[in-house]
Amino acid sequence: MSNLPSDLKYADTHEWARLDDDGLVTVGITDYAQESLGDLVFVETPVVGNQVSAKDACAVVESVKAASDIYAPVSGEIVDANALLNDSPELINSDPYGDGWIMRIRPDETAELDELLSAEEYEAQVSADE
Amino acid sequence: MLIFEHSREGRTAQAQMPAALDSADDIPAHLRRQSAPQLPEVSELQVVRHYTRLSQRNFSIDTHFYPLGSCTMKYNPRACNQLAMQSPFLARHPLAPERFGQGFMACLFELQEMLAAVTGMRAVSLTPMAGAQGEFAGVAMIRAYHDAREDLARTEIIVPDAAHGTNPATAVMCGYKVREIPTADDGDVDVDALRAAVGPQTAGIMLTNPSTLGVFERRIEEIAAIVHSAGGLLYYDGANLNAILGKVRPGDMGFDVIHVNLHKTFSTPHGGGGPGAGAIGVSERLLPFLPVPVVGRREDRYYWQTERDYPQSIGRLSAFMGNAGVLLRAYIYSRMLGCGGMERVAEFAALNANYLMHRLRDAGFELAYPARRASHEFLITLRREAKAYGVTAMDFAKRLLDYGFHAPTTYFPLLVPECLLIEPTETETKESLDGFVEAMCRIRAEAESDPEYVKNAPYTLPVRRLDEVRAARQLDLRWTPTGAVED
Repeated sequence: MSNLPSDLKYADTHEWARLDDDGLVTVGITDYAQESLGDLVFVETPVVGNQVSAKDACAVVESVKAASDIYAPVSGEIVDANALLNDSPELINSDPYGDGWIMRIRPDETAELDELLSAEEYEAQVSADE
Repeated sequence: MLIFEHSREGRTAQAQMPAALDSADDIPAHLRRQSAPQLPEVSELQVVRHYTRLSQRNFSIDTHFYPLGSCTMKYNPRACNQLAMQSPFLARHPLAPERFGQGFMACLFELQEMLAAVTGMRAVSLTPMAGAQGEFAGVAMIRAYHDAREDLARTEIIVPDAAHGTNPATAVMCGYKVREIPTADDGDVDVDALRAAVGPQTAGIMLTNPSTLGVFERRIEEIAAIVHSAGGLLYYDGANLNAILGKVRPGDMGFDVIHVNLHKTFSTPHGGGGPGAGAIGVSERLLPFLPVPVVGRREDRYYWQTERDYPQSIGRLSAFMGNAGVLLRAYIYSRMLGCGGMERVAEFAALNANYLMHRLRDAGFELAYPARRASHEFLITLRREAKAYGVTAMDFAKRLLDYGFHAPTTYFPLLVPECLLIEPTETETKESLDGFVEAMCRIRAEAESDPEYVKNAPYTLPVRRLDEVRAARQLDLRWTPTGAVED
């Protein structure tokens, strides 16, 4: 099984979310997602300042196999997007939970994070899919 | 080597020069270029050798088995080519008066009629210049229909997750929001999810049947009823029409609009981006919106129906009436087949697919939908091989090239991991299908004994494994001569 940090929350659409000390939620895609997609060649980062609802498609990752939407795991305002991905989409492949983060959201309610999956629950879902 | 790299200053092919050089003095000076265009300066023999060599590098249906799923790479009969290349067809001018083009227009009229008959639609327009344009025309008509009824709240097009990638793209091009619905475990559309997804916001649904999973959508009439009762329309993507030709008709399933990839089912050449033809058929309710021109018949005379005849038409998709040469080839192919022949196309396409599927299954390959009969294509998954040997579907695909087979479609649809979508078509012999199974078995044995060897394939082609990532990230399609400055 791929790497799944236990301090993160997961969406069934393969995003991870982390509530940081400054109250913002950092979002990326999971190691399993980057592995399944293969080498990424393009990332369309979200528009900073946009208001999104949970499960809204707000970014796109494109690999040699396919283009896939990235869904907001929580509702809120997009306050930052990882500009490094414009020139280096491969950061998502090499460091999905670190330098490969995609966006930061100021959540409307942090309680929404509780509706996401734990690492164990996400792992169970991925195993069932395989 | 590019043709430009053979170039030497002053070298020409004298025999190909026009007898008299026209003067361009009547073109205003400011519109004339001041420097000569940068064309290769080569001899006639160099040109012949260069392009002959390039053609020898082709992996094509004329040289290899080409089971590229969803693309229907079948043989294009030479007779179609020959008949369509007759000089009266080639010399016809699109602006010539109707009375000088009656033969040509009769061919197009009959093609419209035959396509309408075989798809079960009310009428057909041949103008779209490609499958993608046919799709665009189809969804544009759905939009025009709702707009004409002032039913403006319909903002969504439903697309199953197994759909062709072009379907969501088309919906977005026409200003719709895409709503994806999942596939059930048996490969059919998840009807409960569809029921939950439709509503007053539903403009329509885009479906391929058989689907890209290579199975026939069994609850299609129920799907049609659900979408229609919500006020939406049904769009049929003709990508997989080869499987059902003459057997079952999209019009009878309840579809309102269909595009037909003539380059797939009707055996016109697959161009590298063109020229193509994506004829569209419509049900009664979309008839007023057909793109023009359409060939009409008044007594024994054929004439162009235009915006006068279709005031609500979505308009024109090309300067004239589509790609004439491609349409003629499709016409000749249809006439050669006749009704009985069309049925046999579907029968042998399905027979070949099911034969190949059973042989691969018996050889130990895993089918994505083992409980289902194949339509004209089927999916296998190489996830076991990927897990056991680290050899992926892409590695199998590349190694197949060494064995003289074009690779099947890889990693599509995405919901099946490590998949190959295999479509043999009706024009292959049993021997070529058996040869393919043998190659797959050999590659699996290689994967087991020497996975690295398979992972580095191909070995026998002009180029080895391509760096797709670099190609995508640093796309460079432009040749610049040494020393020249890019503008």
